[in-house]
Amino acid sequence: MAYRWTNDLTAADVTPKVAVMNRRQIMAGAAGLGAIGFSATQAAAQDTLTPNSFEDITTYNNYYEFGTGKSDPAKNAHKLVTSPWSIKVDGLVDNPGDYTVAELLDGLDIEERIYRFRCVEAWSMVVPWNGVELADILMKAGVQPEGRYVAFETVVQPENMIGVQRRVLDFPYVEGLRMDEAMHPLTMLATGLYGDPLPNQSGAPIRVVVPWKYGFKSIKSIVRITVTDQEPPTSWNIANAREYGFYSNVNPKVDHARWSQATHREIGGGIFARRQPTLMFNGYADQVASLYDGMDLTINF
Amino acid sequence: MTAANRINGALRKIPAWPIYWGVAAWVAWTFYQAASGLAGGPEPINWLEREYGALGLKLLIAGLLITPLRTWTGINLIKFRRAIGVTTFFLILAHFLVWAVLDVQTFARVWTEIVKRKYVTIGMAAFVLMIPLVMTSNNRSIRKMGPLIWRKLHRLTYPVVVLAGIHYLWLVKGFQIEPIAYMTVISGILVARLAWIRPKSA
Repeated sequence: MAYRWTNDLTAADVTPKVAVMNRRQIMAGAAGLGAIGFSATQAAAQDTLTPNSFEDITTYNNYYEFGTGKSDPAKNAHKLVTSPWSIKVDGLVDNPGDYTVAELLDGLDIEERIYRFRCVEAWSMVVPWNGVELADILMKAGVQPEGRYVAFETVVQPENMIGVQRRVLDFPYVEGLRMDEAMHPLTMLATGLYGDPLPNQSGAPIRVVVPWKYGFKSIKSIVRITVTDQEPPTSWNIANAREYGFYSNVNPKVDHARWSQATHREIGGGIFARRQPTLMFNGYADQVASLYDGMDLTINF
Repeated sequence: MTAANRINGALRKIPAWPIYWGVAAWVAWTFYQAASGLAGGPEPINWLEREYGALGLKLLIAGLLITPLRTWTGINLIKFRRAIGVTTFFLILAHFLVWAVLDVQTFARVWTEIVKRKYVTIGMAAFVLMIPLVMTSNNRSIRKMGPLIWRKLHRLTYPVVVLAGIHYLWLVKGFQIEPIAYMTVISGILVARLAWIRPKSA
């Protein structure tokens, strides 16, 4: 682990499993954080970061390979075969090859990170991920100097994936990041949730998590990582370039073509919950805004 | 025609009022399920919106199938059409209210959405076009307007169902089968309505 980013939460704050379903206990734990001595703003930000229940996180998903309904992935993803699993690392790297998840993670510590998760459809969750920084994996792969982007690809198992049979999108699902985004300490490769291995519908066995971008950038169940010198194609951009850009940073000031991004609904609040204002870069502006200095985010949405 | 006659004879004994109570009870039950977390999953508002909208669209189509059904099979469901039409309006009203009050929440945002988002504009237009229809769905209006003008006004149901179908088609992400299936049925109804000359008895 490189310790380029320090989690505001410590091991002591990891929610015990028995409390996972008990929101009040979690709230109490989060409120106690302020006393542990983080900077005031960080602590204040963390106060509101109450992870959603395991049930919320694993029954309300977009994973179009398993259907377009939010509960479809939870119903259908059991068909995903995750063992054996092999990830091809190729392109402009010193150590290309096919790796198992264990080989990729070898020598790295798994950390827990509690991140906001903002879907492009204007809803949000808070998720306690387990995983490593993508940067550590890229360093092990040995990114060559010409490498400017990283491309990812999701597994395709047509016989197991109802959405692939229906051609909802042009599968395999592909995503990409600029190298500085990929190397950013917030960017993770996650392998777990609430301390358990990722459930299939959440992108087992290994997925990307980029907390300041809309959820569809956080590509699931990856089988390929390619370092390239040009901006890679991305699935939603291919499907509808007018609505989905390459960057897709969470930005309350740039609306989706068909709906507002200024506010969102927090999952799990019930039907009478108020909409919440969406934060620039999903609340991670202090950490990532500098990556986009001088860029017009209205054009590069 | 004997089979159709027998069915029509049986239908004569069934009143239309259970449609009103049935749909009202379903709306209440569905709302209760969403509010209590019994159904709808972690984000019940979206589920509720879609449940109301989807049944509304189904009933719109059902109402428009009554005449072709009579023409082709002789089965006459016309006595249920008003109940279907009126409950459709109230379903879509519930659909609109869930969206406006529970989902979008402020008047300013509701207005912005209606003006700015085309799929909302289209859905709203369909809803507004239904208002004169529900207001004239009574015997007094038919007498006052005369059947010809009344029938002409109620042809607005066709633009309503087309707008509703586009509204659904437009709000989903990616290539999805359901809205396309609805649009196909709606197109079929339109083609049938335009192509075929109704018998004089109608």
